[in-house]
Amino acid sequence: MIRSALTALLLAAAAPLGAQTVVFTGGTVALGDGSEPIPGGTVVIRDGRVVGAGVGIPFPRDAEVIDARGKWVTPGIIAGFSRLGLSEVDLSAEGTTDDKAQNGPFSAAIDVAPAINPLTTTIPVNRADGVTRAIVAPNVARSIFAGQGAVIDLGADMDPITARRRFQFVELGETGAATAGGSRASAHVLFRNALREASELQRFAVAVSSGGDVEDRPERDPIVRDPNESRLVGPNARRSEDVLLTRFDAAALVPVLQGRQYLLVHVERASDILQVIRLKREFPSLKLVIVGATEGWTVADRIAASGIPVIASAANDLPSNFEQLAATWSNVGRMRNAGVKVSIGMIDDNDTRYLFNQRQYAGNLVGLQKVPGATGVSWGEAMAMITSAPAEAIGLGGQLGSLRSGKRADVVVWSGDPLEMTSNVDAVWIDGVRQPLETRQTKLRDRYRDLTPNTLPEAYRR
Amino acid sequence: MKRRGAGIAVAAALLAACANSPPPKKAAAIPVNEDPFPSTYRAYPGAPTVIRGATIYDGEGGQIDNGTIVLADGAIAAVGGPDTPVPAGAVEVDGRGKWVTPGIIDVHSHLGDYPSPGVESHSDGNEATAPARPDVWAEHSVWPQDPGFSRALANGGVTALQVLPGSANLFGGRSVTLKNVPARTVQGMKFPGAPYGLKMACGENPKRVYGNKGGPSTRMGNIATTRATWMKAATYKRKWDKYERDGGDMPERDLAMDTLRGVLAGKILVHNHCYRADEMAIMIDLSREAGYKIGTFHHAVESYKIADLLAKEGICSAMWADWWGFKLESYDGIKENIPFVDKAGACAIVHSDDPNGIQRLNQEAAKALADGRRAGYNISDAYAWRWLAINPARALGIADKTGSLKAGKMADVVLWNGNPFSTYTRPDRVWIDGALMYDAANPRLRPVSDFELGQPGEGDVK
Repeated sequence: MIRSALTALLLAAAAPLGAQTVVFTGGTVALGDGSEPIPGGTVVIRDGRVVGAGVGIPFPRDAEVIDARGKWVTPGIIAGFSRLGLSEVDLSAEGTTDDKAQNGPFSAAIDVAPAINPLTTTIPVNRADGVTRAIVAPNVARSIFAGQGAVIDLGADMDPITARRRFQFVELGETGAATAGGSRASAHVLFRNALREASELQRFAVAVSSGGDVEDRPERDPIVRDPNESRLVGPNARRSEDVLLTRFDAAALVPVLQGRQYLLVHVERASDILQVIRLKREFPSLKLVIVGATEGWTVADRIAASGIPVIASAANDLPSNFEQLAATWSNVGRMRNAGVKVSIGMIDDNDTRYLFNQRQYAGNLVGLQKVPGATGVSWGEAMAMITSAPAEAIGLGGQLGSLRSGKRADVVVWSGDPLEMTSNVDAVWIDGVRQPLETRQTKLRDRYRDLTPNTLPEAYRR
Repeated sequence: MKRRGAGIAVAAALLAACANSPPPKKAAAIPVNEDPFPSTYRAYPGAPTVIRGATIYDGEGGQIDNGTIVLADGAIAAVGGPDTPVPAGAVEVDGRGKWVTPGIIDVHSHLGDYPSPGVESHSDGNEATAPARPDVWAEHSVWPQDPGFSRALANGGVTALQVLPGSANLFGGRSVTLKNVPARTVQGMKFPGAPYGLKMACGENPKRVYGNKGGPSTRMGNIATTRATWMKAATYKRKWDKYERDGGDMPERDLAMDTLRGVLAGKILVHNHCYRADEMAIMIDLSREAGYKIGTFHHAVESYKIADLLAKEGICSAMWADWWGFKLESYDGIKENIPFVDKAGACAIVHSDDPNGIQRLNQEAAKALADGRRAGYNISDAYAWRWLAINPARALGIADKTGSLKAGKMADVVLWNGNPFSTYTRPDRVWIDGALMYDAANPRLRPVSDFELGQPGEGDVK
């Protein structure tokens, strides 16, 4: 009952308004699936979904036609790892940040969804630069577990959540060591203990229906029922006395242990990456994703063999700490060449507001192909790394991130090549709904565009 | 050679002036050594070189297609079209399909004083023990082995940079301008003949840092402390001016006041960290009261609101392309700040303040260029290069030596492997004082800091 009610609610939230057929004609179309751009392509969307994209796609006569000649048409960019919607002003503006609970009692049980504010001004600014979805993770505070992250859309409405509690986020590198009391060894013991405590409660959890449940149907089949409401915390769920986690936190890790919720693990150092790969062998049911992986290229073959996807920070080339000594721009390309499923996120970077830099970084990876001794990626692959690849990393590739038919209609029209900073966004659709591109910034721009004194102060101009 | 000779000549003239004074009743003033940590930088040897067939942006707004540039004896010998005379035996560089620009100059860097890895042992950028510390000199914190210098060179095409103290203090201390040439000592990197700068700060940072450490704790407190410090400096200056004129007993020396006296004498340039328009206007009045000139407002996120005032006052703004909202005083940042300041006839500079951003200032300029054009300000690519070259050179007082491709200036030159406003472009070669300091095709022409020797990824393309 709960499940069906929730499903209905999610379906309602996901249903786009003003759904109709829109066709984009004559533009250079990039599908976002790794293929190279198609000149003179057509994209057709209807009822919030992509109907088709490519050359000579038929469309109904009454469709709204967007003339994209001279333009580029792509899927919306997905922020591969972010804290978007959790922070209005990052420093010294109390009340505006919700990315971590420094003095709170909970860790793994934390769910970022209620904290996401779709009216945060960071959302329209990124939307106006072609970012349409974001993977949003909480930050760790006093535990290695940060809590459960969500996938959001950047639409101008009050329903930002695409997939709630999509993953748990854990720190097992330098940050993990610090939150675990001061060492990586401690972090690993805490991690194993947490899974032990979860496994105690697992006896009271619902059975895993099938291994395939986790894929691709977030709105119809929410993968995790709210641990805060589950009978996992009821009177029958007896626990041993030897526990460190609160009952809520332990309960929140049950779906991780069952492989029903992704586990994003932040590590950078090569040896830390290998420890994560070992975890996969120790707990085969974990659905692991490595986040960061600055030194991934040095152990790329082993990551590839593990099948664990990586959401990397593309722009790391400095030994900014001792877990990133081998940092290089070639990390992404070398992992990709070794067969690792790589996407780009904003880990180790400004994760609350500059998500629009992902397209710049993707362009830089393309440019690397011209640098002797470096390893870049093709244009199509670079575009995929900021669209379909992050969606695939957390099992939403069937829904999001490309212009393949059936995907959610997140479409951006650009004035030129989207991986060039000299190109701007002309128009954005999310779930098939055309989006406003006005922001606080554009309003300030227009107020101060002309500084000639007027009959009234600037405060009267808007 | 010429430059060093000139320095000696000036010193000799000063000595002669003292010797020739009429015999005073009191003992003659003993001159204070104003350069106790002199530059030991020497240009490395370079071969006479000609680059042919490139698109040249001269850094002052000019463009030459199919251009020729000749470098000889550390200087730019000639710049022109295909008919430019070339000395026999010059090394030929094929510039077809490539771009030549003056090296990028970053007016705001903390390389060396906040080096990588960014661990506590390396935190040397803020003498946050009292709000007025004009006695400290950034060069005494610069670690020449910061791996960031090499990234700024090889990825960023940065040939000179100003390293500033941080902004915790109202008076942060003296800055230093460096050639981006590796050396064992900071003296070995100091830009010969570059004036010192004084880092000042307004706004949030000083009041945050000192709010619980005896103040100032408010913006009005910031201004009061700043004014009081300048008043002390005026007294000190009178005392020392009199001594230097009349001789007698040498007054007590005060390192802090020495720096401020240098500012009041016009020898040290003021670099004022300031975000908000209203605060910049207050600092302008304050500078007038104290008797100094503000050279450059740094960060200057709201310069667009008072671009007319800044143009009238002849004050440069050093800005980011799109940073905003990371604290409240940056909340009103707009993407058109740089072009709007330029449009008003004020001096616009793209700066980094960041070890990553310094590697792609050209791309940041591209963003500003595109956003300006979108807002109707149509300027050429070549004109926009001023934001990276002659304007920062002016702000640092070195525009007579570098910052544009004019015959006789230092041969600080970048050959880019494509259009430098493209994300796909990187430096192909970089010359500093005519010496080839980076060549993408030659792994031996890529600096590797001591710190990176023997570490994973040593000598890798970063």
